[in-house]
Amino acid sequence: MSRLPALIVAVLLALTACGGSSAQSGPKSLRMTVWTANEAHLKLLNEIATEYKASHPDVTEIKFDSIPADGYTTTLTTQIAGGNAPDLAWILEESAPDFVSSGALAPIRSKIEKADELTPSGIKLWEKDGELYAYPFSTSPFGLFVNTSLVKDVPAKWTWEQAMAAAAASGKGLVLPDFKYQNWAVLSAIWRGWDANAWSEDGRSCGFASREMKDAMSFIHKAIFTDKAIPGPGTTVDFFAGNAAMAVSQISRAGALKDAKFTWTLVPLPTGPKGDYAVIGQAGVGVMKRSKNAEAAADFLGFFTNEANSAKLAQFFPSVRSSLLNAQTLAKSNPLIRPEQLQSVVVEGISKGVVKPSHQGQEELNQTIRAALDPLWKADANVSAVLDDVCVKIKPLLERK
Amino acid sequence: MTFWTYRRRDNLVGYLFVAPALLGSLAFVLIPLALVGWYSLNEWNVLGGTFEFIGGENYKQLLADEKLRESLVATAWFAAGLVVLNLSLALLLAVLLNQKLRGTTLFRTLFFSPVLVSLVAWTLVWQLMLQPEGSVNGLLGFFGVHGPNWLRGDTTAMVSVIVVQVVKNVGLNMVLFLAALQGVPAPLYEAAKIDGAGAWTRFRRITIPLISPTILLTSIITIVGSLQVFAQIAVLTQGGPGTSTTVLIYYLYQQAFQFHHFGYGATISVLLFVIVAALTLLQWRMRRKWVLHES
Repeated sequence: MSRLPALIVAVLLALTACGGSSAQSGPKSLRMTVWTANEAHLKLLNEIATEYKASHPDVTEIKFDSIPADGYTTTLTTQIAGGNAPDLAWILEESAPDFVSSGALAPIRSKIEKADELTPSGIKLWEKDGELYAYPFSTSPFGLFVNTSLVKDVPAKWTWEQAMAAAAASGKGLVLPDFKYQNWAVLSAIWRGWDANAWSEDGRSCGFASREMKDAMSFIHKAIFTDKAIPGPGTTVDFFAGNAAMAVSQISRAGALKDAKFTWTLVPLPTGPKGDYAVIGQAGVGVMKRSKNAEAAADFLGFFTNEANSAKLAQFFPSVRSSLLNAQTLAKSNPLIRPEQLQSVVVEGISKGVVKPSHQGQEELNQTIRAALDPLWKADANVSAVLDDVCVKIKPLLERK
Repeated sequence: MTFWTYRRRDNLVGYLFVAPALLGSLAFVLIPLALVGWYSLNEWNVLGGTFEFIGGENYKQLLADEKLRESLVATAWFAAGLVVLNLSLALLLAVLLNQKLRGTTLFRTLFFSPVLVSLVAWTLVWQLMLQPEGSVNGLLGFFGVHGPNWLRGDTTAMVSVIVVQVVKNVGLNMVLFLAALQGVPAPLYEAAKIDGAGAWTRFRRITIPLISPTILLTSIITIVGSLQVFAQIAVLTQGGPGTSTTVLIYYLYQQAFQFHHFGYGATISVLLFVIVAALTLLQWRMRRKWVLHES
């Protein structure tokens, strides 16, 4: 368990934690928690930090602290609980409502260069009362990766029926790499095509029992258990190793295909019965309000996300700056993906996309929904009854203020 | 009269000797224990940075928490399954390996070796083996049995977690039983044999009573250990399917570290502490009945 050592450290820190949040003068050292340990990512982050330090001699150190993505938020909150909060932190979209509403983050809008050019759909999750609490540095649409060594005939746009049929016919199936029959929110990349929602816009009423959701989930259930187009629960199939015909994943995963031993392409998500749609995953970076160096951290965040650095970051993390949201700019840094794919999947995805479901108290909702959905992943499941039960289970959580 | 009498000096030396151990347990056992008690009386919002005294509210929630009840039931099943399976298997293995036959050393080593394997590595390998197409079902298929999807069925998931844990740790109890068995004087068996006692009667009337202190010890260790099982659950089932394997300590982890309800998490750990203490006390009290030498 990678998080265990962190827990122990945090518990020890809790014992010795000292309060005090008065601004620190003199040399400052900043720490940013990130979930990437990718060398190229860290190299770029360190380059930006070095450049900043050169012009800000009072900041002596900027450290990027890699925490494994699995259990990232748990580790981060444990650090905060233990009095060892970082100065800046990457935040997953699913934890955004918790972080933004709790007051854990410092307001940053005034520090962000040309904040007006950030696309509204891209920053919605990170705003409260007109103020911005984290900068969405990575906005990554879901697309359909297809192994063209296995599936020869790929139209520019499939319907879900056609895509599943092709996946089943290939004998290798379609995978949702992050789903694992646990992370149900990933399924929104499919059910949005039916116009289904986990909950209403205001987050107060449950959407699982809706007609749309039942249709979408019936489709998914059929794809798994009847058509065998999606590998069943408990099996691990790796698209990036060439073991699946298709994968619904975020385009930021394209890097994993650099050394792929098969040919592949990327197409937008198939259309559902309700037509065209896009789903995006997001990550923000915020400043911890209680950091002793919150001011300096916010200043660094402004530099980190300015136009020039956003352009550099965009090679790994698609930006929500409208000036950078065009196929030409993206193509420069995404050699693996063709410009027309970037246009159809990334540019259009970000501008019209809906962010994966998130809600206050997300982790408790996650676990409750995960547990309530478990009976669905059986061949003889009663889809409608299971989904009704999901709503019964999460109603008190949605209504909680 | 000087202050430093012999007695005082001796005492000081004594205190200095125990100081390292005492300070260690103070810092890492007693203070955290007291803090958990204090946290359980507070509502601690980690993200918002608020820490508010709410008295017995968390304990009220504890009584009304339906998920906690489910979790207690799961814990009871897990503990019962684990203790029964672990102790009977350990005793059986110990009796078998206590025979003076060729190759017993090899088997003793074999059964003990899982104890030395890293817990998480052990669990990850089992996770692969328990997949629908994994080697466990492969083996069953060899005998014409179509194995279930072990980790996805309510009952089979619980059984899997128990078996993975038993196979991992049975060697430890086995060694303890072996040591106890070898301490049983051989003349007793001989005398019983002459009196016409069969193998079962000898086991029942001589072996069991004489190794009863070890049975008590292993049952305490195993029950307390079963309440602390975490990594296996986290790796194999994450509490699922549904909440069928959400044992108390995993529920505690979810509440505190995943849902950020640190105050309530602390309350659950107080409950866990009370349960463990009560069980240990109960077993200790009952030792007079169970254990031959005590009366």
